[in-house]
Amino acid sequence: MVSRDERLRKIHPIRRLLSRPEVGALGGALVIWLSFALVAGDQGFLSLRGTATYLEVAAELGILASVVALLMIAGEFDLSVGSMIGASGMLLVVLSVHLGWNIWLAAVAVVIFAGLAGLFNGVLVVRTGLPSFIVTLATLFAFRGATIALTRLITGRTQLGGLQEASGFDSAQALFASELTLGGANWPVSILWWILITAVATWVLLKTRFGNWIFGTGGDAKSASSVGVPVRCVKVTLFIMTALAAALVGMIQAVTFSGADVLRGELREFYAIIVVVIGGTLLTGGYGSAIGAAIGALIFGMVRQGIVFAGVDADWFQVFLGVMLLIAVLVNHWIRRKALQE
Amino acid sequence: MRCLWISLLFVLGVVCGGCASDDDAGTDTPILRFVFVTHGQASDPFWSVVQRGALDAAQHTGTRVLYQAPESFDLVTMSQLIDAALASQPDGLVVSIPDADALEAALMSAREAGVPIVSINSGGEHSQRLGSLLHVGQSEYEAGYQGGLRLSAMGATNALCINQEVGNLALDERCRGFTDALESQGSSVEMLAVELGDPTESTQRILAALRSDPSIDALMTLGPTGALPCLRALEEIDNPGINFATFDTSPEILNAIESGAILFAIDQQQYMQGYLPVVLLALYHRNENLLAHESLQTGPGFIIRSNVGRLKELTARGTR
Repeated sequence: MVSRDERLRKIHPIRRLLSRPEVGALGGALVIWLSFALVAGDQGFLSLRGTATYLEVAAELGILASVVALLMIAGEFDLSVGSMIGASGMLLVVLSVHLGWNIWLAAVAVVIFAGLAGLFNGVLVVRTGLPSFIVTLATLFAFRGATIALTRLITGRTQLGGLQEASGFDSAQALFASELTLGGANWPVSILWWILITAVATWVLLKTRFGNWIFGTGGDAKSASSVGVPVRCVKVTLFIMTALAAALVGMIQAVTFSGADVLRGELREFYAIIVVVIGGTLLTGGYGSAIGAAIGALIFGMVRQGIVFAGVDADWFQVFLGVMLLIAVLVNHWIRRKALQE
Repeated sequence: MRCLWISLLFVLGVVCGGCASDDDAGTDTPILRFVFVTHGQASDPFWSVVQRGALDAAQHTGTRVLYQAPESFDLVTMSQLIDAALASQPDGLVVSIPDADALEAALMSAREAGVPIVSINSGGEHSQRLGSLLHVGQSEYEAGYQGGLRLSAMGATNALCINQEVGNLALDERCRGFTDALESQGSSVEMLAVELGDPTESTQRILAALRSDPSIDALMTLGPTGALPCLRALEEIDNPGINFATFDTSPEILNAIESGAILFAIDQQQYMQGYLPVVLLALYHRNENLLAHESLQTGPGFIIRSNVGRLKELTARGTR
C-alpha cells in the first residue's frame, strides 16, 4: 500500500463543518431563539420591533466582540475596553459640548486618543511580558478612574448632555445613530456597523497574511516568531484595534443618547469575553472566529431582551448568562475533541 | 454529554417557569399588564421595597406587573430594556428617569406607541416634557436642602456628603441641596465617592477621610448602601461628636436610629412609588381617571427616634 501524504487526507465534509469554531454557537443561537419563540412569541419576541431591540443590543456588543475575538485568538485579553467606552464617549461630549469643538474634530481626537491608549496597552504587554489580563485590568481601572476624576474636575458633573447642540451633530448622527424605520420597527445603523466589522474581521482572519499571523501568534508565539511572524507587532496592532472598536461603541452611544456619563460601558469587557467564548474562541488562543463572536453577541442580545418578553424578572439575566457560558465552553470542548479525533 | 442536556433543560426550565403564570390570560377581560423599568436593582434594599409596592398593588388591583432593571447603573441597557418592554406592548410603562437625555428617545417611542407612562423616583423635573402622565417621587434637591438645615441645626459645621453612585443625577442633586443648605449657614461640605457594590472598601474609604480630617463633625449618606459602611466606620473610629444622618431607610438604619447612632433618616416612602403608579394606571385604563397634579410628592419625611418603633414593624414586612 502506498502511504499518502497526511495533508492530502480526505476529511468528511460534515466533520469539517463540525470542526468550525462557530458551529456550537450557531446551534445554541437556534435553541435559544426557538425557546423564546415558543415561550414569548405572542408577547412580541417574534415581532419586527422585538427583533430590532435584540439586534441593537447584539450590535453594540458585537462590534466590540469581533475585534476582541481577533485579539483573543492571538492569545491576549483586553479588559480595558469597558472603560474605553466610557472614556471615549465622555471625551467626545466634553470636547464638543464643553469646549465647543466641531463634533468631527472631536471624533478625530477620540480616535487618536483611543489609538494611543491601545498602543500603550500593547507596548506595555509585549515589553514587560506580563499577562495582558493583569495589564489591561490595571488600565481598566485607571481609565475609568481618570474619566470620572477629569470629568468632575473640568465640568463639575458626571453626566453631560446637550450633544445635539454641537456643530456637525446632524452628519454625525447620520453615521453613528441614524435609524431606518421598516415594518413599524426602528433599525439602528449600529447593526450595519456590526455586520461590516464582523465581515472585515473575518476576511482579515481567513484571507490575509495578517490573519495567519494572528493564528500563529496565539497558537505558539515562539515557533511563529522563529518562522518570521512579527509577533509583537501583531499583538500591538490588535490592542490598538480593540481600543478603536471600544471608541466606536462609545461614540455610537454618545451620539445616540446625545450625551455621556462616566459609567458607560461598565461590565462590557466581561460581556465581550463571554460572547467571544460562546462563539467558540479558545481562551488559550490560536483557535476561534469573528463570526462566532457575532453569533455569541446575538445570543447575548436575545437573552438580554428575551427575558423581558418572557416576563422573567431581570434578576435572572445573570444566571442565564453564567449558565450559557458554561454550556458554550462544554459544547466547544466536546465538539473540538470529537472533530480532532483520529 | 448527559450533564450538558441537564443544564440545557435547566435553562429552558427557568425560561418556562418564569412565564408559566402567563397561561391564565384567556379570560373575558384581558388582564392589564404594566412593566417597570428602573435604574435600581431589586437586590438594593431601597428598590426591593418599590418592587414590593408594585407587586402588592398588582395583587390588589388584579393586574400584572413585571419589574426590570439593569444589573449595574447603566443607562444604555436601561433604555434597551424600555425598548424591549415596549415591543411586548404593555398597558403601561413605569420608569425612573435618572438621565433625561439618555432616555428621551426610548420614552418618545412609548408615546408614539400610545403606551401611558408614569415616572417614579428620579427625573420629576423632566417628567412632563418626556410625556409622562404623572411623576411619583420626591424632589431630591429639596430633600437634600431640608436634611442639610436639620443637620445644621444640630450643630454641623464641616460635613461629608457620601455618594455611592457617582453619575446618578438624583444623588448629585441631593448632595447639592445638602451643600447649599449647609453653606447658607456658613458651614462647609466635601463630597466623598464610595463603591456601591463593595461595603468593605467603602468603609475603608470613609475611615481614611475621617482620619485625615478630624474636624469633620457631620456625615450625610445618600442611601442604605452608603449608610451601612458608614455605620461600621463610625463604630471603628468611636467619635461621639460626629452627627450622622442618611437618605432612605433599611432595617439596619432603623436599628441605628433607635440606638442613636443615626440622628435621622430622610424617607421618601418608596413603597408608594411602586404602589401608586399601578393603581393610577389601572384607574386610567378602567375608569378614564387622571389626577390633575403633575407630580405626587412621596417625601421628604423624617424618621427620628420617636417614630422609629412602628416603622420597624413595617420595615420587617418589607413595605417601608
